[in-house]
Amino acid sequence: MELKKFFGGALHVDISNIPTYYEALLNTLAIAILAIFISAILGFFFALYFKYTIVRVSLAFTRAIHELFWALLFLQIFGLNTLTALLAIILPYSATLGKVYAEILEEHDSFPKELHVKGKISAFLYTKLPDAMPYLISYTLYRFECALKSTAILGFIGLMTLGYFLQGAFMQGNYGEVWLLLILFYIIIATLRFWFTKYSTPFLIVASFFYLDFVSGFSMENLTRFLTHDIIPSPLRKEQGFEVLFNWFSNIATHELIPGVLNTIVLTQIALIVTALIALLCFPFISKKFSNLPTRFGGGILLVILRSTPEYILAYLFLQIWGPSMLPAVLALALHNGAIIGFIMGQQTNELKLRIDTTKKKIELFGFEVLPRIYSSFLAFLFYRWEVIMRESAILGILGIHTLGFFIDSAIADIRLDKVVILLFFTAMLNILVDYISRRVRSYLRISTTINCELK
Amino acid sequence: MNKIILISLLLVSTMFAKTFMFTAIPDQDETKLNERFSKIAKYLENELHVKVKFIPVKSYAASISAFRNNQVQLAWLGGLSGVRARLLVKDSYAIAQGIEDPQFHTYIIANTHTNLKKSEIFPMNIKGKTFTFGSKGSTSGRLMPEYYIRENLKNSPDELFKKVGFSGNHSKTISLVQSGAYEVGAVNFKVWDRELKAGNIDTSKVQVIWKTPAFPDYQFTIRGDVDEQFGKGFSKKVQAALIKLDDKEILAAFPRAKFIESKSSDFDPILKVGREIGLID
Repeated sequence: MELKKFFGGALHVDISNIPTYYEALLNTLAIAILAIFISAILGFFFALYFKYTIVRVSLAFTRAIHELFWALLFLQIFGLNTLTALLAIILPYSATLGKVYAEILEEHDSFPKELHVKGKISAFLYTKLPDAMPYLISYTLYRFECALKSTAILGFIGLMTLGYFLQGAFMQGNYGEVWLLLILFYIIIATLRFWFTKYSTPFLIVASFFYLDFVSGFSMENLTRFLTHDIIPSPLRKEQGFEVLFNWFSNIATHELIPGVLNTIVLTQIALIVTALIALLCFPFISKKFSNLPTRFGGGILLVILRSTPEYILAYLFLQIWGPSMLPAVLALALHNGAIIGFIMGQQTNELKLRIDTTKKKIELFGFEVLPRIYSSFLAFLFYRWEVIMRESAILGILGIHTLGFFIDSAIADIRLDKVVILLFFTAMLNILVDYISRRVRSYLRISTTINCELK
Repeated sequence: MNKIILISLLLVSTMFAKTFMFTAIPDQDETKLNERFSKIAKYLENELHVKVKFIPVKSYAASISAFRNNQVQLAWLGGLSGVRARLLVKDSYAIAQGIEDPQFHTYIIANTHTNLKKSEIFPMNIKGKTFTFGSKGSTSGRLMPEYYIRENLKNSPDELFKKVGFSGNHSKTISLVQSGAYEVGAVNFKVWDRELKAGNIDTSKVQVIWKTPAFPDYQFTIRGDVDEQFGKGFSKKVQAALIKLDDKEILAAFPRAKFIESKSSDFDPILKVGREIGLID
């Protein structure tokens, strides 16, 4: 029923609505541009000091918390404004960029040692940096695309970006409007390479800087109140003693933290398996080894759409269609991530050189020739996405599935920020743990870390 | 030098303080909220002779935090969100409410597939069904229905129902129960009555099965420091403007017959219930 209404909505796209979205559209672009610019600078700086444990740990921590969670937190301090949006993107993004920049710089150390100059700075500027530059830039561009998606999604909690209207349209079942907004969003993403070039970038950054008003939201008073009052566990704040504090915490642990963590893990693992299946099933449709041109074209478009639609939006859509349960969440996570991995696998198989006497049967080709050769990189892709899926699993709780996000959202609804901070801390810890396990497994499987930036 | 800084600070602060901002809990469909509040913003602007701006939010919590952070000075809040806001902003108080709001009700509604019938006493047989509240922070969509469920069925909703959900707002609750996504739900009686009158509800699919006893709900709450920000007697002016409002169109958008005076202590029963079921510390 809802599904029919959704696809029916595609026929009722009303372009005359577009002027309503101008402000949200400009905000989405400007916030993403400025946020990625600041993140890149900070990230580069972090990368230089990445060898220090304190830097690594704090970056892992900020990275492990989803931008929507950051936004919900900053909303309490600075309110619904540009500052909240910028900080929510910059914090996790600069941490991710810092880590990946550090890895890239480390990998690009091919210059012969004998030729190294004495000065560290000169060595860095003239040997390492030029070598790594193309990779740094291409990764930053990829992250910019992510930042656009993230910024759009911030609208779901009330910031004036594209998601603001998308959420309203979803909630009211105006699927014509949903389609229009999604199409606008795809156009922005698809044309990115044309308007975000090395010539236009400086102009865009300056324009964004002047367009956005990110000063008026700041209030020292609110920030101090948040740090010295709101996040102090309420029994401590009221000086009720150790026993009350213990009960307070154990109550949160048994009713919210443990069920939340378990549900998050369950959702993550189911989504991971379904992601794997979807990736394995769909990569042949864009691979020259299996499909003809029309199939590849159609498959390619479908995968690009799934890849460009953030999990959160997919989940929101499926929830409207099938009602609330684990299924919409699993499907949203698996389709998005499966499409990402399937796309890369398809491209990889195109470069495979097959034996001359190889089988003609597609199914044998799939099972006995192609798959065994790319299986280890397939596993690596999957492990890379593991942490991402877990971050998203937690956030999907906001939509009603009882993962950590559900309890964090409830605590915010009750304005219990002390509880929010505790739940967020453990959400981050869970992510850091998964990241650690994933890295160990990858190194055990001896899968090189250089494979693909697009997966992180 | 210091004087210049002080003066410019004062200038800046008066510049920003010129606009009187208000918000409201997003308890129904957005288009309806925008229609309602853009009208009342215009009305208040004429009455108060200051710029008035409506700030739309996406969650009950966001409206409370905007009020707390002085990003809005006036808010149309529910019983529970009002109590929460006034606990957080010590000198804030309720000034006005709809004439219907002291005697507010929640309807328990059910999909007709369940064969649950309308009754005068609490419908004990909703146990074991799937159930949706409205927003997590709603009075008529969460607090009061949860209170009556706990009181009558002696257990928490999580234990009693096959599945518990939070639809987000009252309009959504009606559509989810009507579509059968949930079997039973709790909804603001005013929203139901208006949607029914407008012909937006299919009564062959969803019906009211129980009406809660009366409780106090919606109200306008204002910050205590508005007189400092906008001049002496400002809050009295706002209150007077709301109470004398007789524009049929605006009142119909709420929908309330008229606004009457209200005070914070009217909502003490809500505070008590909120503490009882652990939604307020």
